[in-house]
Amino acid sequence: MRTARLLALGWLFHFRMLSQSAFDGFLAILWPLFFATVAFFMFRSGHSVGGLAPVALGAAVMGVWTATSVSASSPLQRERRLGTLELLVAAPSNLATMLLSVCLATSTIGLYCIVATLIWARLLFGIHVPVAHPVSFVLGIVGIVVTIGSLGFLMAVAFVRSRRAWALGAVSEYPIWLVCGFLVPITLLPGWVRPISWLLGPTWGMRAIRAGAFGGDALPDVAMCLVLAAIYIGGGVLLLDTVLDSARKRATLSLT
Amino acid sequence: MNSLRVFFVGGLISYRALFGWLTPAVYIPALILTPIFQILLFAYIGRAAGSQGDEFYVIGNAIQYASVPCIFVMSQTIADERFFQTLGPILISPAHRVPLFLGRALPVIVNALFVAAFALFAGGLILSITFSATSWLRLVPVLAVAMFSCTGLGLITGAIGLRIRETAVLSNVLVGLLLIFCGANVALASLPHWMAEIGRALPLTHAIAAARAVTNGGTLGQVQGLLGKEAALGIVYTVAGFGLIRFMERQSRLHATLERV
Repeated sequence: MRTARLLALGWLFHFRMLSQSAFDGFLAILWPLFFATVAFFMFRSGHSVGGLAPVALGAAVMGVWTATSVSASSPLQRERRLGTLELLVAAPSNLATMLLSVCLATSTIGLYCIVATLIWARLLFGIHVPVAHPVSFVLGIVGIVVTIGSLGFLMAVAFVRSRRAWALGAVSEYPIWLVCGFLVPITLLPGWVRPISWLLGPTWGMRAIRAGAFGGDALPDVAMCLVLAAIYIGGGVLLLDTVLDSARKRATLSLT
Repeated sequence: MNSLRVFFVGGLISYRALFGWLTPAVYIPALILTPIFQILLFAYIGRAAGSQGDEFYVIGNAIQYASVPCIFVMSQTIADERFFQTLGPILISPAHRVPLFLGRALPVIVNALFVAAFALFAGGLILSITFSATSWLRLVPVLAVAMFSCTGLGLITGAIGLRIRETAVLSNVLVGLLLIFCGANVALASLPHWMAEIGRALPLTHAIAAARAVTNGGTLGQVQGLLGKEAALGIVYTVAGFGLIRFMERQSRLHATLERV
Protein backbone atom coordinates (compact mmCIF):
# COMPACT_ATOMS: atom_id res chain seq x y z
CA MET A 1 0.00 0.00 0.00
CA ARG A 2 2.85 2.36 0.88
CA THR A 3 4.51 1.55 -2.46
CA ALA A 4 1.33 2.27 -4.40
CA ARG A 5 0.90 5.56 -2.53
CA LEU A 6 4.48 6.58 -3.21
CA LEU A 7 4.11 5.66 -6.87
CA ALA A 8 0.84 7.59 -7.25
CA LEU A 9 1.98 10.68 -5.36
CA GLY A 10 5.39 10.68 -7.04
CA TRP A 11 3.70 10.39 -10.43
CA LEU A 12 1.28 13.24 -9.65
CA PHE A 13 3.98 15.48 -8.21
CA HIS A 14 6.34 15.04 -11.16
CA PHE A 15 3.57 15.20 -13.74
CA ARG A 16 2.49 18.58 -12.41
CA MET A 17 6.08 19.76 -12.23
CA LEU A 18 6.90 18.62 -15.78
CA SER A 19 3.71 20.25 -17.07
CA GLN A 20 5.09 23.61 -15.93
CA SER A 21 8.48 23.11 -17.59
CA ALA A 22 9.18 24.88 -20.87
CA PHE A 23 11.62 22.15 -21.91
CA ASP A 24 9.96 18.98 -20.62
CA GLY A 25 6.40 20.16 -21.13
CA PHE A 26 6.01 22.76 -23.89
CA LEU A 27 8.89 21.59 -26.07
CA ALA A 28 8.01 17.93 -25.64
CA ILE A 29 4.61 18.74 -27.16
CA LEU A 30 5.93 21.04 -29.88
CA TRP A 31 8.91 18.96 -31.06
CA PRO A 32 6.92 16.00 -32.47
CA LEU A 33 4.64 18.47 -34.25
CA PHE A 34 7.56 19.56 -36.42
CA PHE A 35 8.17 15.97 -37.45
CA ALA A 36 4.46 15.28 -37.87
CA THR A 37 4.15 18.28 -40.18
CA VAL A 38 7.08 17.16 -42.31
CA ALA A 39 5.68 13.61 -42.43
CA PHE A 40 2.23 14.87 -43.51
CA PHE A 41 3.78 16.86 -46.35
CA MET A 42 5.98 13.93 -47.37
CA PHE A 43 3.08 11.48 -47.51
CA ARG A 44 0.84 14.03 -49.19
CA SER A 45 3.38 14.69 -51.94
CA GLY A 46 4.22 11.00 -52.36
CA HIS A 47 2.25 8.22 -53.97
CA SER A 48 1.56 6.12 -50.89
CA VAL A 49 -1.91 4.59 -50.93
CA GLY A 50 -2.44 4.09 -47.19
CA GLY A 51 -3.99 7.50 -46.47
CA LEU A 52 -2.85 9.98 -43.86
CA ALA A 53 -4.77 8.71 -40.83
CA PRO A 54 -2.16 6.04 -39.89
CA VAL A 55 0.55 8.66 -40.32
CA ALA A 56 -1.28 11.05 -37.99
CA LEU A 57 -1.67 8.32 -35.40
CA GLY A 58 2.00 7.31 -35.60
CA ALA A 59 3.12 10.93 -35.42
CA ALA A 60 0.90 11.46 -32.39
CA VAL A 61 2.42 8.52 -30.53
CA MET A 62 5.97 9.64 -31.38
CA GLY A 63 5.49 12.37 -28.81
CA VAL A 64 5.17 9.88 -25.97
CA TRP A 65 8.70 8.67 -26.63
CA THR A 66 9.99 12.22 -27.17
CA ALA A 67 8.63 13.25 -23.79
CA THR A 68 10.28 10.26 -22.16
CA SER A 69 13.62 9.72 -23.92
CA VAL A 70 15.52 12.77 -22.65
CA SER A 71 13.69 13.46 -19.39
CA ALA A 72 13.51 9.88 -18.15
CA SER A 73 17.10 9.05 -18.99
CA SER A 74 18.49 11.61 -16.61
CA PRO A 75 16.39 11.91 -13.42
CA LEU A 76 19.22 10.53 -11.29
CA GLN A 77 21.61 13.05 -12.84
CA ARG A 78 19.10 15.80 -12.05
CA GLU A 79 18.92 14.71 -8.41
CA ARG A 80 22.73 14.44 -8.32
CA ARG A 81 23.05 17.98 -9.68
CA LEU A 82 20.52 19.31 -7.17
CA GLY A 83 22.34 17.53 -4.34
CA THR A 84 19.32 15.43 -3.36
CA LEU A 85 20.45 12.03 -4.65
CA GLU A 86 22.11 11.01 -1.39
CA LEU A 87 18.96 11.95 0.54
CA LEU A 88 16.78 9.85 -1.76
CA VAL A 89 19.10 6.86 -1.55
CA ALA A 90 19.26 7.10 2.24
CA ALA A 91 15.48 7.51 2.61
CA PRO A 92 13.49 4.47 3.79
CA SER A 93 11.33 4.69 0.65
CA ASN A 94 12.33 2.50 -2.24
CA LEU A 95 14.42 4.44 -4.78
CA ALA A 96 13.18 2.30 -7.67
CA THR A 97 9.56 3.22 -6.89
CA MET A 98 10.43 6.90 -6.78
CA LEU A 99 12.34 6.64 -10.05
CA LEU A 100 9.54 4.70 -11.74
CA SER A 101 7.03 7.39 -10.76
CA VAL A 102 9.22 10.02 -12.45
CA CYS A 103 9.51 7.98 -15.63
CA LEU A 104 5.79 7.27 -15.77
CA ALA A 105 5.13 10.97 -15.29
CA THR A 106 7.37 11.81 -18.27
CA SER A 107 5.60 9.32 -20.51
CA THR A 108 2.22 10.65 -19.31
CA ILE A 109 3.28 14.06 -20.64
CA GLY A 110 3.12 12.27 -23.98
CA LEU A 111 -0.68 12.28 -23.68
CA TYR A 112 -0.54 16.02 -24.35
CA CYS A 113 1.48 15.22 -27.49
CA ILE A 114 -1.09 12.70 -28.71
CA VAL A 115 -3.95 15.15 -28.29
CA ALA A 116 -1.98 18.09 -29.74
CA THR A 117 -0.84 16.14 -32.81
CA LEU A 118 -4.29 14.77 -33.55
CA ILE A 119 -5.80 18.28 -33.28
CA TRP A 120 -2.95 19.65 -35.43
CA ALA A 121 -3.58 16.97 -38.07
CA ARG A 122 -7.30 17.62 -38.03
CA LEU A 123 -7.24 21.41 -38.16
CA LEU A 124 -4.30 22.03 -40.48
CA PHE A 125 -4.32 18.99 -42.71
CA GLY A 126 -7.94 17.87 -42.48
CA ILE A 127 -6.90 14.39 -41.37
CA HIS A 128 -9.63 12.55 -39.51
CA VAL A 129 -8.49 9.64 -37.38
CA PRO A 130 -11.35 7.20 -36.82
CA VAL A 131 -11.67 5.29 -33.57
CA ALA A 132 -13.33 1.98 -34.37
CA HIS A 133 -13.06 0.55 -30.84
CA PRO A 134 -12.78 3.35 -28.25
CA VAL A 135 -12.09 0.97 -25.35
CA SER A 136 -9.27 -0.79 -27.22
CA PHE A 137 -7.94 2.57 -28.33
CA VAL A 138 -7.77 3.84 -24.74
CA LEU A 139 -6.25 0.55 -23.56
CA GLY A 140 -3.63 0.88 -26.28
CA ILE A 141 -2.75 4.39 -25.13
CA VAL A 142 -2.50 3.25 -21.50
CA GLY A 143 -0.35 0.33 -22.64
CA ILE A 144 2.07 2.50 -24.57
CA VAL A 145 2.36 5.07 -21.76
CA VAL A 146 3.13 2.31 -19.25
CA THR A 147 5.58 0.45 -21.48
CA ILE A 148 7.41 3.63 -22.54
CA GLY A 149 7.56 4.83 -18.94
CA SER A 150 9.01 1.46 -17.93
CA LEU A 151 11.54 1.56 -20.76
CA GLY A 152 12.48 5.04 -19.59
CA PHE A 153 12.98 3.62 -16.09
CA LEU A 154 15.35 0.96 -17.45
CA MET A 155 17.27 3.66 -19.34
CA ALA A 156 17.42 5.88 -16.25
CA VAL A 157 19.05 3.06 -14.31
CA ALA A 158 21.30 1.94 -17.17
CA PHE A 159 22.69 5.44 -17.66
CA VAL A 160 23.18 6.13 -13.96
CA ARG A 161 26.98 6.20 -14.23
CA SER A 162 26.93 8.86 -16.92
CA ARG A 163 26.94 12.55 -16.09
CA ARG A 164 25.60 13.25 -19.58
CA ALA A 165 22.77 10.73 -19.66
CA TRP A 166 20.46 13.17 -21.43
CA ALA A 167 22.59 12.85 -24.57
CA LEU A 168 22.22 9.07 -24.53
CA GLY A 169 18.47 9.47 -24.10
CA ALA A 170 18.27 12.01 -26.91
CA VAL A 171 20.17 9.80 -29.34
CA SER A 172 17.58 7.05 -28.84
CA GLU A 173 14.73 9.25 -30.06
CA TYR A 174 14.94 8.65 -33.83
CA PRO A 175 15.89 4.95 -33.67
CA ILE A 176 12.85 4.15 -31.52
CA TRP A 177 10.57 6.15 -33.82
CA LEU A 178 11.95 4.19 -36.74
CA VAL A 179 12.31 0.69 -35.33
CA CYS A 180 8.93 0.65 -33.54
CA GLY A 181 7.06 1.41 -36.74
CA PHE A 182 5.46 4.71 -35.77
CA LEU A 183 5.64 6.13 -39.29
CA VAL A 184 7.37 3.44 -41.31
CA PRO A 185 5.99 -0.11 -41.56
CA ILE A 186 8.40 -2.50 -39.85
CA THR A 187 8.27 -4.71 -42.95
CA LEU A 188 10.07 -1.95 -44.84
CA LEU A 189 13.08 -2.14 -42.50
CA PRO A 190 15.93 -4.64 -42.93
CA GLY A 191 15.11 -8.13 -41.65
CA TRP A 192 17.59 -7.99 -38.76
CA VAL A 193 15.76 -4.99 -37.30
CA ARG A 194 12.46 -6.83 -36.80
CA PRO A 195 13.51 -9.00 -33.81
CA ILE A 196 14.79 -5.82 -32.14
CA SER A 197 11.44 -4.15 -32.64
CA TRP A 198 9.67 -7.12 -31.03
CA LEU A 199 11.66 -6.53 -27.84
CA LEU A 200 10.51 -2.93 -27.66
CA GLY A 201 7.19 -2.23 -25.94
CA PRO A 202 6.33 0.81 -28.12
CA THR A 203 6.10 -1.53 -31.15
CA TRP A 204 3.23 -3.43 -29.52
CA GLY A 205 1.68 -0.26 -28.15
CA MET A 206 1.57 1.24 -31.62
CA ARG A 207 -0.04 -1.93 -32.94
CA ALA A 208 -2.64 -1.84 -30.16
CA ILE A 209 -3.52 1.79 -30.85
CA ARG A 210 -3.81 1.12 -34.57
CA ALA A 211 -6.07 -1.85 -33.83
CA GLY A 212 -8.24 0.35 -31.61
CA ALA A 213 -8.44 3.05 -34.27
CA PHE A 214 -8.88 1.04 -37.44
CA GLY A 215 -10.38 -2.19 -36.15
CA GLY A 216 -8.76 -5.35 -34.88
CA ASP A 217 -7.99 -7.11 -31.64
CA ALA A 218 -5.87 -4.84 -29.48
CA LEU A 219 -5.79 -6.99 -26.35
CA PRO A 220 -2.86 -9.30 -27.29
CA ASP A 221 -0.77 -6.23 -28.14
CA VAL A 222 -1.74 -4.48 -24.89
CA ALA A 223 -0.80 -7.66 -23.02
CA MET A 224 2.61 -7.65 -24.74
CA CYS A 225 3.06 -4.01 -23.68
CA LEU A 226 2.42 -4.92 -20.06
CA VAL A 227 4.62 -8.04 -20.16
CA LEU A 228 7.52 -6.07 -21.61
CA ALA A 229 6.89 -3.27 -19.08
CA ALA A 230 7.14 -5.84 -16.27
CA ILE A 231 10.42 -7.14 -17.73
CA TYR A 232 11.84 -3.60 -18.04
CA ILE A 233 10.86 -2.80 -14.45
CA GLY A 234 12.21 -6.10 -13.11
CA GLY A 235 15.49 -5.64 -14.97
CA GLY A 236 15.70 -2.03 -13.85
CA VAL A 237 15.15 -2.89 -10.18
CA LEU A 238 17.84 -5.60 -10.26
CA LEU A 239 20.26 -3.27 -12.01
CA LEU A 240 19.51 -0.42 -9.62
CA ASP A 241 20.18 -2.63 -6.60
CA THR A 242 23.53 -3.66 -8.07
CA VAL A 243 24.46 -0.09 -8.93
CA LEU A 244 23.49 1.21 -5.49
CA ASP A 245 25.45 -1.55 -3.73
CA SER A 246 28.48 -0.72 -5.82
CA ALA A 247 28.09 3.03 -5.22
CA ARG A 248 27.81 2.51 -1.46
CA LYS A 249 30.88 0.24 -1.32
CA ARG A 250 33.03 2.56 -3.43
CA ALA A 251 31.51 5.86 -2.24
CA THR A 252 30.88 6.89 -5.85
CA LEU A 253 27.23 7.92 -5.67
CA SER A 254 27.91 11.56 -6.40
CA LEU A 255 30.41 10.75 -9.18
CA THR A 256 32.74 13.42 -7.86
CA MET B 1 46.46 43.36 -33.98
CA ASN B 2 44.77 43.10 -30.62
CA SER B 3 41.40 42.71 -32.34
CA LEU B 4 42.77 39.87 -34.46
CA ARG B 5 44.02 38.16 -31.29
CA VAL B 6 40.63 38.61 -29.65
CA PHE B 7 38.94 37.28 -32.78
CA PHE B 8 41.02 34.13 -33.25
CA VAL B 9 42.49 33.28 -29.84
CA GLY B 10 39.68 34.70 -27.72
CA GLY B 11 37.07 33.15 -29.99
CA LEU B 12 38.64 29.71 -29.73
CA ILE B 13 39.09 29.92 -25.95
CA SER B 14 35.47 31.04 -25.47
CA TYR B 15 34.27 28.25 -27.75
CA ARG B 16 36.21 25.61 -25.83
CA ALA B 17 35.11 26.99 -22.49
CA LEU B 18 31.43 27.47 -23.19
CA PHE B 19 30.52 24.78 -25.73
CA GLY B 20 29.35 22.18 -23.23
CA TRP B 21 29.08 19.40 -25.79
CA LEU B 22 32.78 19.09 -26.61
CA THR B 23 33.14 16.06 -24.37
CA PRO B 24 32.92 12.79 -26.37
CA ALA B 25 30.07 11.59 -24.11
CA VAL B 26 27.87 14.29 -25.64
CA TYR B 27 29.58 15.07 -28.92
CA ILE B 28 29.38 11.54 -30.31
CA PRO B 29 25.70 10.89 -29.55
CA ALA B 30 24.49 14.42 -30.28
CA LEU B 31 26.55 15.43 -33.30
CA ILE B 32 27.82 12.20 -34.86
CA LEU B 33 25.11 9.56 -34.33
CA THR B 34 21.90 11.58 -34.23
CA PRO B 35 22.32 13.18 -37.68
CA ILE B 36 22.83 9.70 -39.14
CA PHE B 37 19.66 8.47 -37.42
CA GLN B 38 17.78 11.52 -38.71
CA ILE B 39 18.91 10.73 -42.24
CA LEU B 40 17.79 7.11 -41.87
CA LEU B 41 14.46 8.13 -40.34
CA PHE B 42 13.54 10.43 -43.19
CA ALA B 43 14.97 8.19 -45.89
CA TYR B 44 12.69 5.39 -44.68
CA ILE B 45 9.71 7.72 -44.27
CA GLY B 46 10.43 8.82 -47.83
CA ARG B 47 10.40 5.21 -48.98
CA ALA B 48 7.12 4.56 -47.14
CA ALA B 49 5.59 7.73 -48.55
CA GLY B 50 6.94 7.07 -52.03
CA SER B 51 8.08 10.64 -52.37
CA GLN B 52 11.82 11.18 -53.07
CA GLY B 53 14.94 9.07 -53.46
CA ASP B 54 17.37 8.42 -50.61
CA GLU B 55 19.92 10.94 -51.91
CA PHE B 56 17.40 13.76 -51.44
CA TYR B 57 17.12 12.99 -47.73
CA VAL B 58 20.82 12.29 -47.18
CA ILE B 59 21.78 15.73 -48.48
CA GLY B 60 18.84 17.59 -46.96
CA ASN B 61 19.17 16.15 -43.48
CA ALA B 62 22.98 16.22 -43.31
CA ILE B 63 22.89 19.95 -43.96
CA GLN B 64 19.76 20.65 -41.92
CA TYR B 65 21.10 18.81 -38.87
CA ALA B 66 24.18 21.03 -38.92
CA SER B 67 21.81 23.76 -37.76
CA VAL B 68 22.05 22.07 -34.33
CA PRO B 69 25.75 22.87 -33.85
CA CYS B 70 25.28 26.26 -35.49
CA ILE B 71 22.33 27.45 -33.43
CA PHE B 72 22.84 25.62 -30.14
CA VAL B 73 26.57 26.19 -29.92
CA MET B 74 26.42 29.81 -30.99
CA SER B 75 23.78 30.57 -28.40
CA GLN B 76 25.70 28.60 -25.74
CA THR B 77 28.95 30.44 -26.40
CA ILE B 78 27.27 33.79 -25.89
CA ALA B 79 24.35 33.30 -23.53
CA ASP B 80 26.20 30.96 -21.17
CA GLU B 81 28.51 33.83 -20.19
CA ARG B 82 25.61 34.91 -18.01
CA PHE B 83 25.13 31.42 -16.61
CA PHE B 84 28.79 31.29 -15.57
CA GLN B 85 28.58 34.90 -14.30
CA THR B 86 31.32 36.09 -16.66
CA LEU B 87 29.10 38.33 -18.76
CA GLY B 88 29.78 41.39 -16.61
CA PRO B 89 33.58 41.20 -16.91
CA ILE B 90 33.24 40.55 -20.66
CA LEU B 91 31.06 43.59 -21.21
CA ILE B 92 33.20 45.98 -19.19
CA SER B 93 36.35 44.90 -21.03
CA PRO B 94 37.70 47.42 -23.56
CA ALA B 95 37.78 44.77 -26.32
CA HIS B 96 35.98 45.69 -29.50
CA ARG B 97 32.64 43.92 -29.66
CA VAL B 98 32.93 42.71 -33.27
CA PRO B 99 35.95 40.40 -32.74
CA LEU B 100 34.77 39.60 -29.22
CA PHE B 101 31.52 38.01 -30.34
CA LEU B 102 32.10 37.15 -33.99
CA GLY B 103 35.37 35.38 -33.12
CA ARG B 104 33.28 32.76 -31.38
CA ALA B 105 31.43 32.09 -34.62
CA LEU B 106 34.46 30.84 -36.54
CA PRO B 107 35.00 27.59 -34.54
CA VAL B 108 31.22 27.06 -34.65
CA ILE B 109 31.25 27.20 -38.45
CA VAL B 110 34.23 24.82 -38.71
CA ASN B 111 32.60 22.35 -36.31
CA ALA B 112 29.25 22.48 -38.13
CA LEU B 113 31.05 21.94 -41.43
CA PHE B 114 32.58 18.76 -40.01
CA VAL B 115 29.22 17.58 -38.62
CA ALA B 116 27.48 18.08 -41.97
CA ALA B 117 30.29 16.49 -43.99
CA PHE B 118 30.49 13.47 -41.70
CA ALA B 119 26.71 12.97 -41.76
CA LEU B 120 26.76 13.24 -45.54
CA PHE B 121 29.54 10.67 -45.77
CA ALA B 122 28.17 8.21 -43.20
CA GLY B 123 24.53 8.57 -44.25
CA GLY B 124 25.54 8.06 -47.85
CA LEU B 125 27.65 5.04 -46.96
CA ILE B 126 24.79 3.35 -45.07
CA LEU B 127 22.29 4.00 -47.84
CA SER B 128 24.78 3.06 -50.57
CA ILE B 129 25.05 6.52 -52.04
CA THR B 130 28.51 7.55 -53.15
CA PHE B 131 29.53 11.07 -54.02
CA SER B 132 32.38 11.52 -56.46
CA ALA B 133 35.57 13.33 -55.50
CA THR B 134 34.49 16.20 -57.74
CA SER B 135 31.17 16.40 -55.92
CA TRP B 136 32.97 16.54 -52.57
CA LEU B 137 35.23 19.34 -53.79
CA ARG B 138 32.17 21.29 -54.86
CA LEU B 139 30.26 20.45 -51.69
CA VAL B 140 32.85 21.94 -49.35
CA PRO B 141 32.27 25.60 -50.31
CA VAL B 142 28.51 24.97 -50.41
CA LEU B 143 28.57 23.57 -46.88
CA ALA B 144 30.83 26.40 -45.68
CA VAL B 145 28.39 29.04 -46.94
CA ALA B 146 25.47 27.12 -45.40
CA MET B 147 27.15 26.94 -42.00
CA PHE B 148 28.06 30.61 -42.15
CA SER B 149 24.46 31.68 -42.80
CA CYS B 150 23.04 29.36 -40.16
CA THR B 151 25.58 30.54 -37.60
CA GLY B 152 24.24 34.03 -38.27
CA LEU B 153 20.86 32.77 -37.08
CA GLY B 154 22.63 31.27 -34.06
CA LEU B 155 24.06 34.68 -33.29
CA ILE B 156 20.51 36.00 -33.04
CA THR B 157 19.52 33.25 -30.61
CA GLY B 158 22.67 33.96 -28.61
CA ALA B 159 21.67 37.60 -28.40
CA ILE B 160 18.15 36.70 -27.29
CA GLY B 161 19.76 34.39 -24.75
CA LEU B 162 21.20 37.45 -23.07
CA ARG B 163 17.65 38.26 -22.05
CA ILE B 164 15.72 34.99 -21.76
CA ARG B 165 16.52 31.81 -19.88
CA GLU B 166 15.14 29.11 -22.16
CA THR B 167 17.70 29.22 -24.96
CA ALA B 168 17.55 25.43 -25.36
CA VAL B 169 13.81 25.65 -26.08
CA LEU B 170 14.30 28.56 -28.50
CA SER B 171 17.11 26.75 -30.32
CA ASN B 172 15.03 23.58 -30.62
CA VAL B 173 12.10 25.55 -32.04
CA LEU B 174 14.34 27.14 -34.67
CA VAL B 175 15.84 23.78 -35.62
CA GLY B 176 12.31 22.37 -35.92
CA LEU B 177 11.18 25.26 -38.12
CA LEU B 178 14.19 24.77 -40.38
CA LEU B 179 13.25 21.10 -40.65
CA ILE B 180 9.88 22.08 -42.09
CA PHE B 181 10.73 25.14 -44.14
CA CYS B 182 14.22 24.71 -45.59
CA GLY B 183 13.41 21.97 -48.08
CA ALA B 184 15.45 19.28 -46.33
CA ASN B 185 12.68 16.69 -46.60
CA VAL B 186 9.89 18.35 -48.55
CA ALA B 187 10.71 20.09 -51.81
CA LEU B 188 9.72 23.75 -51.72
CA ALA B 189 7.44 23.07 -54.70
CA SER B 190 5.42 20.70 -52.51
CA LEU B 191 4.94 23.26 -49.75
CA PRO B 192 2.22 25.92 -49.81
CA HIS B 193 3.43 29.10 -51.51
CA TRP B 194 3.65 31.12 -48.29
CA MET B 195 5.71 28.40 -46.62
CA ALA B 196 8.08 28.21 -49.57
CA GLU B 197 8.55 31.99 -49.40
CA ILE B 198 9.42 31.77 -45.70
CA GLY B 199 11.81 28.95 -46.54
CA ARG B 200 13.62 31.15 -49.05
CA ALA B 201 14.22 33.73 -46.34
CA LEU B 202 15.77 31.17 -43.98
CA PRO B 203 19.33 29.89 -43.86
CA LEU B 204 20.18 26.51 -45.44
CA THR B 205 17.35 26.48 -48.03
CA HIS B 206 19.46 27.76 -50.93
CA ALA B 207 22.51 25.79 -49.80
CA ILE B 208 20.55 22.54 -49.73
CA ALA B 209 19.31 23.22 -53.26
CA ALA B 210 22.88 24.02 -54.33
CA ALA B 211 24.24 20.86 -52.71
CA ARG B 212 21.66 18.74 -54.52
CA ALA B 213 22.59 20.45 -57.78
CA VAL B 214 26.35 19.92 -57.44
CA THR B 215 25.96 16.27 -56.48
CA ASN B 216 23.89 15.84 -59.62
CA GLY B 217 26.76 17.07 -61.74
CA GLY B 218 26.22 20.81 -61.53
CA THR B 219 29.24 23.12 -61.29
CA LEU B 220 29.81 25.83 -58.72
CA GLY B 221 29.25 28.37 -61.48
CA GLN B 222 25.79 26.95 -62.10
CA VAL B 223 24.84 27.33 -58.44
CA GLN B 224 26.50 30.67 -57.81
CA GLY B 225 23.10 32.36 -57.69
CA LEU B 226 21.97 30.05 -54.91
CA LEU B 227 25.25 30.45 -53.05
CA GLY B 228 25.05 34.20 -53.43
CA LYS B 229 21.58 34.27 -51.88
CA GLU B 230 22.71 31.99 -49.05
CA ALA B 231 25.76 34.17 -48.35
CA ALA B 232 23.64 37.33 -48.48
CA LEU B 233 21.21 35.80 -45.97
CA GLY B 234 24.18 34.88 -43.79
CA ILE B 235 25.40 38.47 -43.81
CA VAL B 236 21.92 39.77 -42.98
CA TYR B 237 21.51 37.34 -40.07
CA THR B 238 25.02 38.00 -38.78
CA VAL B 239 24.56 41.77 -38.86
CA ALA B 240 21.13 41.42 -37.24
CA GLY B 241 22.55 39.11 -34.58
CA PHE B 242 25.42 41.43 -33.79
CA GLY B 243 23.07 44.42 -33.70
CA LEU B 244 20.80 42.53 -31.33
CA ILE B 245 23.73 41.72 -29.04
CA ARG B 246 24.63 45.41 -28.85
CA PHE B 247 20.98 46.30 -28.25
CA MET B 248 20.68 43.76 -25.44
CA GLU B 249 23.91 45.04 -23.94
CA ARG B 250 22.63 48.62 -23.93
CA GLN B 251 19.29 47.54 -22.51
CA SER B 252 20.98 45.59 -19.74
CA ARG B 253 23.01 48.67 -18.78
CA LEU B 254 19.97 50.94 -18.90
CA HIS B 255 17.75 48.69 -16.83
CA ALA B 256 20.44 47.03 -14.69
CA THR B 257 19.31 43.61 -15.89
CA LEU B 258 22.67 42.20 -16.92
CA GLU B 259 22.63 39.30 -14.49
CA ARG B 260 18.89 38.79 -14.42
CA VAL B 261 18.27 35.08 -14.66
